[in-house]
Amino acid sequence: MITGAEAIVRCLENEGVDIIFGYPGATIAPLYDKLSKSSIRHILVRHEQHAGHEASGYARIKKRPGVCMTTSGPGATNLITALATAYMDSVPLVAITGQVSSDLLGRDVFQEADITGAAEPFTKYSYLVKDALDLPRIIKEAFHIASTGRPGPVLIDIPVNVQQQRIDFSFAGEVNLRGYKPTIKGHTGQIKRVCKAINSAEQPLICVGGGIFAADGQAELKRFCETLNIPVVSTMMGISAMPSAHPLFMGMLGMHGKTIANQAITDSDLLIIIGARVSDRAVLFPAHVGKNTKIVHIDIDPAEIGKNLSTLIPVVGDAKEILIQILEAEPVRKSEEWTNSLKAKKEKLVLDYGPRENGINPKAFVNQLSRSLPEDHIYCADVGQNQIWSAANCEVRTGRFLTSGGMGTMGYSIPAAIGAKIADPDKAVVAVCGDGSFQMQMMELATISQHGVGIKIVVMKNNKLGLVKEIQKKSYKNNECAVDLSGSPDIVAIAKAYGIPGRRIDNMDEAEDAIAEMLSCQCVYLLECIVDENESSM
Amino acid sequence: MKHTISVLVENKAGVLSRISGLFARRGFNIDSLAVGTTEDKDISRITLLVDGDDYVAEQVTKQLNKQIDVIKVRKLNQEEITRRELVLVKVKMSVAQRGEIIDIVKIMQGEIVDISHTTLTVELSDKPEKIDLLIDLLSHYNIVEVARTGTIALQKGAEMV
Repeated sequence: MITGAEAIVRCLENEGVDIIFGYPGATIAPLYDKLSKSSIRHILVRHEQHAGHEASGYARIKKRPGVCMTTSGPGATNLITALATAYMDSVPLVAITGQVSSDLLGRDVFQEADITGAAEPFTKYSYLVKDALDLPRIIKEAFHIASTGRPGPVLIDIPVNVQQQRIDFSFAGEVNLRGYKPTIKGHTGQIKRVCKAINSAEQPLICVGGGIFAADGQAELKRFCETLNIPVVSTMMGISAMPSAHPLFMGMLGMHGKTIANQAITDSDLLIIIGARVSDRAVLFPAHVGKNTKIVHIDIDPAEIGKNLSTLIPVVGDAKEILIQILEAEPVRKSEEWTNSLKAKKEKLVLDYGPRENGINPKAFVNQLSRSLPEDHIYCADVGQNQIWSAANCEVRTGRFLTSGGMGTMGYSIPAAIGAKIADPDKAVVAVCGDGSFQMQMMELATISQHGVGIKIVVMKNNKLGLVKEIQKKSYKNNECAVDLSGSPDIVAIAKAYGIPGRRIDNMDEAEDAIAEMLSCQCVYLLECIVDENESSM
Repeated sequence: MKHTISVLVENKAGVLSRISGLFARRGFNIDSLAVGTTEDKDISRITLLVDGDDYVAEQVTKQLNKQIDVIKVRKLNQEEITRRELVLVKVKMSVAQRGEIIDIVKIMQGEIVDISHTTLTVELSDKPEKIDLLIDLLSHYNIVEVARTGTIALQKGAEMV
C-alpha cells in the first residue's frame, strides 16, 4: 500500500517528468513531501503564474508537456493566467493543484476555490480527483491529452485527503478515450484537391502559424516551400518556422506585420494556411484577403477551419504529415514570376536602423542582439512595443522565437526564458521585455539566482507603457493617461540586489560593447536599454 | 433557422457544465437542451435545438466534437427525424370553463393528469409545434405553471447517430 501522493510521484516519473515548477501550500503538502524524495527536480518560483509560464517555456523547447504545481485557492487561481496563455498558444502543460479535503468541498473552507470550474474555458481538459485509485489513469490520460492532437494545458485538481489515501498501486494500461481520437493523416481526396489548386495557382502563398512547431514540421515546411518555390509569411506564433533571411520568407503579416507580407496576402490567388488560427491580429478578413483568393487550411483542430476565414479546401491533420503527403503527390508549379517579384521586393526593403537623438534605436538593437547571439539561440519576447520591435527585427536563424502570441500576456518572457534554458541548458536564451512587463515578472530574478539559470535579460526602458501610449495617441486624441511609469526602481540596481550583474546603455555607440559583455558573462546578466518615449512600434 | 443536434457524451460529472459553458462562451443561442441516459448507462444523449445559420450550426458541431467527453455529434436532418417534447400545463379555471378545457385536451390528444377544485393539469407528448399550439389554446384561460422537457429526437428508420 502506498499513498496517493506517492502514486502521483511514481506516475510522473513514469511519464518521464524530470522537473516541476511550483509553489507549495497546505493542501499540496503531502505531494511535496513525497516529491522531495524522488528524482524529480523542483524549481521554486516566486509567483504561481510564473510556474505556469516556466513550464510553458520548458514545454515549447523540450517538445513535451511542462509540469507546474501549486496549492489550492489563491495558488490555483494565480495559475489561471498561465493556463489561459498556454491554451491560446496551444502549449502542452500538466498543472497539478492541491484542493481542500473532498469531504469539505463546496463549503467555502479556507483556501477553497473551484479551480476546475474557474479554469474550464482555459484548459483542454480538467480532472477533480475523488479517489486515489483513479490517479494512475488520470495522470496517464492528462499527459496524453496535453501532448497529442492540438496540444494544450490539462489541469488535475487533487484534494489533500486523496493525496493521503492509501491504495494498492499499479500503473494504468493504455489510454482509451472514445471521444478523443485526433486525426493525423490528411484525407487523400483533400490532398489531391490541394495539389490541383497548387498546379493551377499563379500566385500561391503559404501562411504558417505556431502549429508547425507542435507538429515539429519546420524541416518539412522548408522542403515544401523550396521544392515548390512558394513564398511564406508567418503569424506572430509562426516566427522562427523559417530563418528570417530565407529568400522565400516575407516576414510576419498582420496589424503589426510587414507591408510586403500583408500585400502578398491580398495579391495571392492561393493561400495555404498551416497551423494558424488567422485571428484578428493576423488577418482582418475580408479586408486583407483578395476576393478571388482560394484558401487551403491545414490544421489538426477541425474547429479552427472555417472559424475565422471561409475555406475552400480544409485539410484536417498533422501539419508535418500533410506537407509530406502533398509533396508525395508531386504538384507542379508553372510560373516563377510572382515568387521572383516578391523576392525582389524583399531585397529592396528599407530598414529603419538609423541613430536616435535620445536613447537607443530598439529596432536596430534587437537586430544586432540576435545577430550577435549563437545562431540557434532562443529569443523570448514579452508583450508591448518590445514584442513588435522583436518580431519585426530579430534575426532568426536556426533557433526559436517564443512569445505570448494569442493571449498577449505581459510578464511572459523571463519565466518562459527560465523554462527554455532549463529545457536546453546548452542554448543561449535571451528575454527581451519593457519596463512595464519587467515589473510584472521581476520577482523571478530570485528564482534565477536561486537555481543558477544563466539567461540574458534585456529591458527596454522608456518609463511608459509604450504600446498603450501609442493607442491613446492614435485613437484617443493623444489623451495620455495611466501610462506613466514614474516611481519605477533603478532596474540595474534591482538586478544587483538579486546578485545579478547588469549595465545600462542609452545610445547605440555602446550597444556592441554591452552586448559583447553580456554574452561573455557565463551567468545571468541584465542589460537595461534607454529608449525614447516617442519611439513608435512600427 | 432551427437545427436539431444529437450529442452522445460520457455520463460523468462536469460534462453538462462544460457543454453549457461552451455555449455561453461562444455566444451560441440554444433554444432547448434535453439530457438523459441511453441504453448504455455510461453514455448520455443530449438533444439540442440551436437557432442560427449554417455557420453557427457548423461551429456548434465542431466545438462540441472538440470536447474530450463528447463521443459523437450529429446534426439531424429536420425531415428525417421523429421529434417529441413533453409538457405539463397547470390551468386555473372556474367550474364553467372545465368542460371547454377538457374538449381542447381531447382534440389535442393530451391527458388530464391532475385535477382539483380550481385547477387542471394537462399532459401532452407531441411535436414541439403541437405543444406550442396547446399552450396557445390554453392561454385563453389562466395558465399558472408550465413545465417543458425540451425536444428529444431520433432518426427515422434504421439510421443511428
